[in-house]
Amino acid sequence: MKRTPLIIFLLCLLVSEAQAQTVPNPDIGQWWSSPGIIGTALLIALVSFVAILIIGSRLSAFIQHLQNKSDTGTKESIKSELVNWDDEDLDWLLEKRKAAKNFHLSGTELSGQILSDDSRGLISNVTHDPENPLVNEKKRETLHLETPQPLRSLMIWYLGASVFWLVFGTLVGQYVGMKFIWPEMDQTSWLSFGRLRPVHTNTVFWGWASMAMVGLGYFVISRTSNTRIFSYSMAKIAWYLMNLSVLLGNLFLMSGVNNGGGEYREYIWPAALLFALGLVLTFINFYKTVASRKISEIYISNWYLLGGLMWTITLVVIGYLPSYQDGLGETVIQGYYMHQGVGMWFMTFTLGLVYYYLPTSLNKPIYSYSLGVLAFWTQMLFYTMIGTHHFVFSPLPWWLQTVAIVFSAGMLIPVIAGTTNFFMTMKGSGSAISKSYVLPFFLVGVVFYFVGSAQGSLQAFRLTNFLWHFTDFNVAHSHMTMYGIITFILWACIYAIMPKVTGKEPPALGVGIHFWLAFVGLFAYMVSLMTGGTLRGLSWIEGEPFINSVILMQPFWVWRAVGGSLMLVSHLVFAYNFYEMAKKVRSVPAKVSPQSFQPTPNRPDHV
Amino acid sequence: MFDFHKNHRLLTITAFLGFVVLSIGIAIIPASQMQEVKPLPGMEELSSEELKGLHVYVSENCMSCHTQQVRNIEMDQVWGERPSLASDYYFSKQRMDLWRQSPSLLGSERTGPDLTEVGKRQPGIEWHLLHLYNPRIVVKESIMPSYSWLFEEKSSAMVTKKDVVVTVPSELLKNPDHKLVAKPEALALVAYLQSLVQADLGQNLSPDFIPSTRKKKEQSSGEESLGLDGLQLYSETCAACHQPTGGGIPGAFPSLAGSKIVNDPDPNILIQIILSGYDARAEFGAMPGFADLLTDEEIAAIANHERSSWGNKAPAISAEQVSEIRKFIQNQKP
Repeated sequence: MKRTPLIIFLLCLLVSEAQAQTVPNPDIGQWWSSPGIIGTALLIALVSFVAILIIGSRLSAFIQHLQNKSDTGTKESIKSELVNWDDEDLDWLLEKRKAAKNFHLSGTELSGQILSDDSRGLISNVTHDPENPLVNEKKRETLHLETPQPLRSLMIWYLGASVFWLVFGTLVGQYVGMKFIWPEMDQTSWLSFGRLRPVHTNTVFWGWASMAMVGLGYFVISRTSNTRIFSYSMAKIAWYLMNLSVLLGNLFLMSGVNNGGGEYREYIWPAALLFALGLVLTFINFYKTVASRKISEIYISNWYLLGGLMWTITLVVIGYLPSYQDGLGETVIQGYYMHQGVGMWFMTFTLGLVYYYLPTSLNKPIYSYSLGVLAFWTQMLFYTMIGTHHFVFSPLPWWLQTVAIVFSAGMLIPVIAGTTNFFMTMKGSGSAISKSYVLPFFLVGVVFYFVGSAQGSLQAFRLTNFLWHFTDFNVAHSHMTMYGIITFILWACIYAIMPKVTGKEPPALGVGIHFWLAFVGLFAYMVSLMTGGTLRGLSWIEGEPFINSVILMQPFWVWRAVGGSLMLVSHLVFAYNFYEMAKKVRSVPAKVSPQSFQPTPNRPDHV
Repeated sequence: MFDFHKNHRLLTITAFLGFVVLSIGIAIIPASQMQEVKPLPGMEELSSEELKGLHVYVSENCMSCHTQQVRNIEMDQVWGERPSLASDYYFSKQRMDLWRQSPSLLGSERTGPDLTEVGKRQPGIEWHLLHLYNPRIVVKESIMPSYSWLFEEKSSAMVTKKDVVVTVPSELLKNPDHKLVAKPEALALVAYLQSLVQADLGQNLSPDFIPSTRKKKEQSSGEESLGLDGLQLYSETCAACHQPTGGGIPGAFPSLAGSKIVNDPDPNILIQIILSGYDARAEFGAMPGFADLLTDEEIAAIANHERSSWGNKAPAISAEQVSEIRKFIQNQKP
């Protein structure tokens, strides 16, 4: 009921937009001064600013480290001064120094003779060399959550499969990206660009992101409902169904069988059906778990998780039912399906994960529950309507395009609500962020959530479509969102939960390398394609021969491939980190004798 | 009443129904309305060969790089006579079979050119086959994949009369003594591509492009024929086969540099060939006529560009000469 005025307002907007369409005449001469372009430039500046901030702080730490080393120069000058001293003075000094050198703390000055003992387990780590200039010393995870063995193994199954698909999917992506530079890399039909491109997108969608999301979701749903998962075997069956779907779908794609080439529904229906069944089982499982919760309230995360599952099942059904899909009916559904696949599944579900994993990583509650609720309902209202913005100026009805553009602008409401919530939760935890290996991933994910989504809204405008549609700018946008938002947040969640569940931490250096390669890689990818895409759009508007725009893209495609390589390498490192967190520790039969626990009092480093 | 945060049943049902209602409004109803679209008068159904070609097109996912939509903005005017209409897709966007739905031909990326009117732009089968086998033979900078699996190499003895032989430089073949033969899939795909032409609606019925506000180059001030850029027209119309260098492709398309016909002081034959095409020499592909595609002024500009480039030196011709020959050819037709 509260939304009624809002809807009326939007309808007014719609009407005014519809009336304004008589002169839809974008002024291309001044393309750089239109709100869409300026907004996008500001957003890119914002994200670059954050990047520079982070890189700057790391650099300054590094320079600090170097400066400490330059102190050795001062020592040298003191030495040369000493040469001019008298022997007597020198002897006197040496004696003093010798005495000072021989002085030892007994190690018992403060504690007396009592044995040191960490009976409450407060000390987790003792190090002699805390100064690592490249990777900050990160706080170890001290919290170990008692997790039922079946849930733990379920998570490892889901996350393990997701890691596999991530590496596979990005390997394919990198290969496909290199074909822009070397189109003659192979002459094999099942490795050709047209067939592999959907393999890349579908694998990272349904293989990597979806499997990781569901795996992480199982922990949230059980933890926040304070109960056990309704059925572990159902979860296992869903695992098989979804993985089988990705495997079969990819094999079909590579052998040249696709469902008509609509993006993200290239899998033919038998393969997609397996995935949908997996989602149905997951939904039932989640719903029953929430239904049997031990607390009266449904935590906000679970709203998003249940919503995401329910909406996606509906979406797949609508996307694959044939009766209204001949002619441009297919195109209407394609726009709807393509955008809802991203918005109702990946974005919604991942937001649900953030509402749990971000506050728990900061060890404080989410800033506002109500903002979360507002974002939930507006997510449903606005996201559902914007699909046709992929077909602006196309033969689809003009009113449909206008609705999509207006609601794309409306997307700012859930995005700002969500971003505000996350940033206010993080506020005041600056030092926690720099000391944690989880929170930098969250920070990047949340910044991109705002920047990527707002940029998408601006890209839906008619003028920005004029300039950017059909160019590589779209590809940059989808990586900014699917990678910058979804993938970074999923990594944050995985690094946040795995050590708590398995008790094993990833190597700090590994996490550092993973973060930096992925972050820098994404930037190279994004900036190169956005610049190239803009130039390409301008070349088309100028009416130059098409091949000119292919030639001008060449250097940008090279930079894209460079960024892609960095991303791929970071995924390999991530896979290793995951292995370190998930591997089984061989249970060594404990040969414990009472002596082995006796601390030796004379070693001062044994705090 | 609205205790969503405590009542999981109410929460899920509300969210579900909300989404379904919105989806019906924004997707299912508009999509169903599009089912009532009828084909344009004069549009023909795809022949079985063309339909087979469409299936190859979908199988190789050509849609991931090529669009088939002329948007109603001026910058898309290079891809078609008029903006695309819903009816244009009546025959091509039908459910393919039990397993595969109506193909997403409109596309979302223009990594390669739009194909709405490729049948008009590139009508020759020889060009298409060469281009499919290795796009870089005809367009040096192209980054399109080679579709070599749509072709097979056969020894000369095995080539039958029915086979369509593609003339390619022998160093591109695995076995230089063999002949390259197009498989039925390649021929079907080319048949489909050749069929891609916008149905003519006539001037009055065609929807307009939204004009750009960009200032046009001062066209009106210059002389008519001088205002046209012969190089640009040549690049758009002729360079695909005869190449930007005018050198053609040995064995496929003849060279214009140093060509007797081009350099002939009497331009009659040259103009005739451009107007009505040429297929007199067996070793080269057939050239289609451009009488319907180019105006007299444009043909004159192209011919003058050819006659003054790549070392060619022949006197310039005028649009009137072209117009005379055009009339002459029209009168010859019964």
